[in-house]
Amino acid sequence: MAESQNSGAFVEFERVQKSYDGETLVVKDLNLSLPKGEFLTMLGPSGSGKTTCLMMLAGFETATHGDIRLDGVSINNIPPHKRGIGMVFQNYALFPHMTVAENLSFPLEVRRMGKAEREAKVKRALDMVQMGAFGGRRPSQLSGGQQQRIALARALVFEAELVLMDEPLGALDKQLREHMQFEIKRIADNLGITVVYVTHDQTEALTMSDRVAVFNDGRIQQLAPPDKLYEEPENSFVAQFIGENNTLEGVVKEIKGGTALVQLDGGGLIDCKPVNVTEAGQRTRVSIRPERVEYNKDRMRPGAHTLKAEVMEFIYMGDIFRTRLKVAGNEDFVIKTRNAPDQVRLQPGTQIEIGWLPEDCRALDAV
Amino acid sequence: MTEATTQPGRVLAADGTPLKRSLARALRMQKIRALMLVAPLLIFVLVTFIAPIADMLFRSIENQVVKDTIPRTVEALDSWDPHSTELPPEAVFAALQADLVEAVDQKTHTRLGSRLNYEYSGAASLLRKTGRGVEKMKAPYQEAFLKVDKDWGDLELWRTLYIYSPAYTNGYFLNAVDLKKGIDGPEARPENEQIYILLFKRTMFMSLVITFSCIMLGYPVAWILANIRARTANLLMILVLLPFWTSLLVRTSAWKVMLQQEGVINETLVWLGLVADNDRLILINNQFGTIVAMTHILLPFMILPMYSVMKTIPPSYLRAAKSLGATNWTAFWRVYFPQSVPGIGAGSILVFILAIGYYITPEIVGGTDGTFISNRIAYHISKSLNWGLGAALGAILLGAVLLLYYVYDKIVGIDNVKLGG
Repeated sequence: MAESQNSGAFVEFERVQKSYDGETLVVKDLNLSLPKGEFLTMLGPSGSGKTTCLMMLAGFETATHGDIRLDGVSINNIPPHKRGIGMVFQNYALFPHMTVAENLSFPLEVRRMGKAEREAKVKRALDMVQMGAFGGRRPSQLSGGQQQRIALARALVFEAELVLMDEPLGALDKQLREHMQFEIKRIADNLGITVVYVTHDQTEALTMSDRVAVFNDGRIQQLAPPDKLYEEPENSFVAQFIGENNTLEGVVKEIKGGTALVQLDGGGLIDCKPVNVTEAGQRTRVSIRPERVEYNKDRMRPGAHTLKAEVMEFIYMGDIFRTRLKVAGNEDFVIKTRNAPDQVRLQPGTQIEIGWLPEDCRALDAV
Repeated sequence: MTEATTQPGRVLAADGTPLKRSLARALRMQKIRALMLVAPLLIFVLVTFIAPIADMLFRSIENQVVKDTIPRTVEALDSWDPHSTELPPEAVFAALQADLVEAVDQKTHTRLGSRLNYEYSGAASLLRKTGRGVEKMKAPYQEAFLKVDKDWGDLELWRTLYIYSPAYTNGYFLNAVDLKKGIDGPEARPENEQIYILLFKRTMFMSLVITFSCIMLGYPVAWILANIRARTANLLMILVLLPFWTSLLVRTSAWKVMLQQEGVINETLVWLGLVADNDRLILINNQFGTIVAMTHILLPFMILPMYSVMKTIPPSYLRAAKSLGATNWTAFWRVYFPQSVPGIGAGSILVFILAIGYYITPEIVGGTDGTFISNRIAYHISKSLNWGLGAALGAILLGAVLLLYYVYDKIVGIDNVKLGG
């Protein structure tokens, strides 16, 4: 019955709950299904339950309740070594007493593969991550980035269809991390494997994933492709967690024709897109992306509501200008503008008027 | 100036002095301060540890007493052929008389007696007896000596004197390995006098058994300690350390209570009907008793190094191995165990070296066939007062430990031994 219901789903969590102490739930009612070949990222702050989910999928933790299925088969009672899931660990977990080649050969040896076949596969895997010349080295003789590649090769060498990655780039410096993001994505796409990737770095999540599941408090707050996640956050947490975001608090005055009119606590009226509000009188938290705020009167829609703002600080960042404003009592209201020849550099103390398209301003739940 | 500072081999500091010298000067104060900080301990160790050991090692070859007590006799005896079947000539006896008169005056002849007694039993009483009338002896001295005791006519006695007249001797070491210093070099001792080789072998064998038992018992405990919650681990650690805070004698005596024929174990077995009342197990005053008690006493020395090594092995290694398809056993054996070997090595060295020199426990629970070489050393130091032989046995023991340490370094590498971190 399960199969007919969920045809096409490769990995599936159904009503999964997890508790360590029998008092609090770390994972609350998780439902998630992903098709073959998808790159899914679990994103969230620490303690949000994302790593626990990954460990349940790998088999190192047992679900307190619910069902986890792999290719239609429930894997709740299958021990980790029989699941055939590749995994890349946070600190790589390369075996220090074995050479790189022995590390890669290990999963093949425990599968009782012949020597010639093993060597061929190890070589292919090393070449794939451009580490062909390093087979004889010990992990301790490699740099962090190289160890990362070997860990990846080891998770892929036995041709797992599902690979789990637990913050694999956390220990690398920024430049290397960005390079490895593309590398991992490229290899995953080439091999057509399904990847479940855990991170707390939202840039990583946005650049690599087909879909991102934002975790908080043991629940998936939103599951969506990166662009949708960024532009159309479904609640305040997602709006805050993904990218930079300005928030203003207020009360809904009326909802009419797909637009909500919000009376801000700090004074002023604005037009918003109602997302989590349904009727007048509800408290709401309004969210606007810094790059969607407009202060050039010529570009604003006529008749739209505007707010008065005072420039507090102007920061030159090269490709963009970042200007901090005081808007409706909020001193941390940030706008970002592209560094173009005709762009105005706002001086602190200047009084301006700001506005935006109503659909860019989302009225979300009040926390 | 800048050119000079970049010259290879002779780099100069800003003031023109060679950089090496100014660095040495800068570091000298640091070195002096470091030395001052360790000085009290260093002096303490030198005085109370290094010096006595050196002194004891020296005693294992030192043999001044013969030469110092009867110098003229030693000189006269030099021309005597120890292979001959005749007694030394009259001149030797005359020299001996003169030497002994002096020795009796200074009361040193008994010391010579006890020294010779180690090699020729009866020498102590012979010299005491001779010393009483030696002053009144008249020539011919050979006859006079033979009249005091006919043992003076024993060729063996004279050969012993001849062999042990040099100031330094390897006689103690030969005795320590069941040989005897003869006139033509080392000779085998009669079978019924051989004891030390057996004791050395037994000490080695039992220490190995104890070390192995400690590994088998300690490894799982160390593993549990390293892999459970910190709170529980600390509690268990106290249980492991508890024996350290109990007197060694108390612990050993407790084993006596447990293991003796009327003891807890035997009583329980009899009560359960597993052992007949008149056929109780002999668990103590033999090798078994020593092994049980010493394994218990030395166990913490095995567990602690193993624990501290295991603590540094992240659990993610085992998880990684399992995710790669290894069963629990393969993951343990291929991934975890090789990484815990340095801990086993450190623990084994510690336990083995402690065991090989153990004294109190074998003394109390060892009986006759469960005693170690150290018990024999203690016997020579405090009962038979043959310090030279005791020192030689000790030196051999020390040499064996150092050799084992060296071999271990070659095979496992001392760098791999970790006691912590």
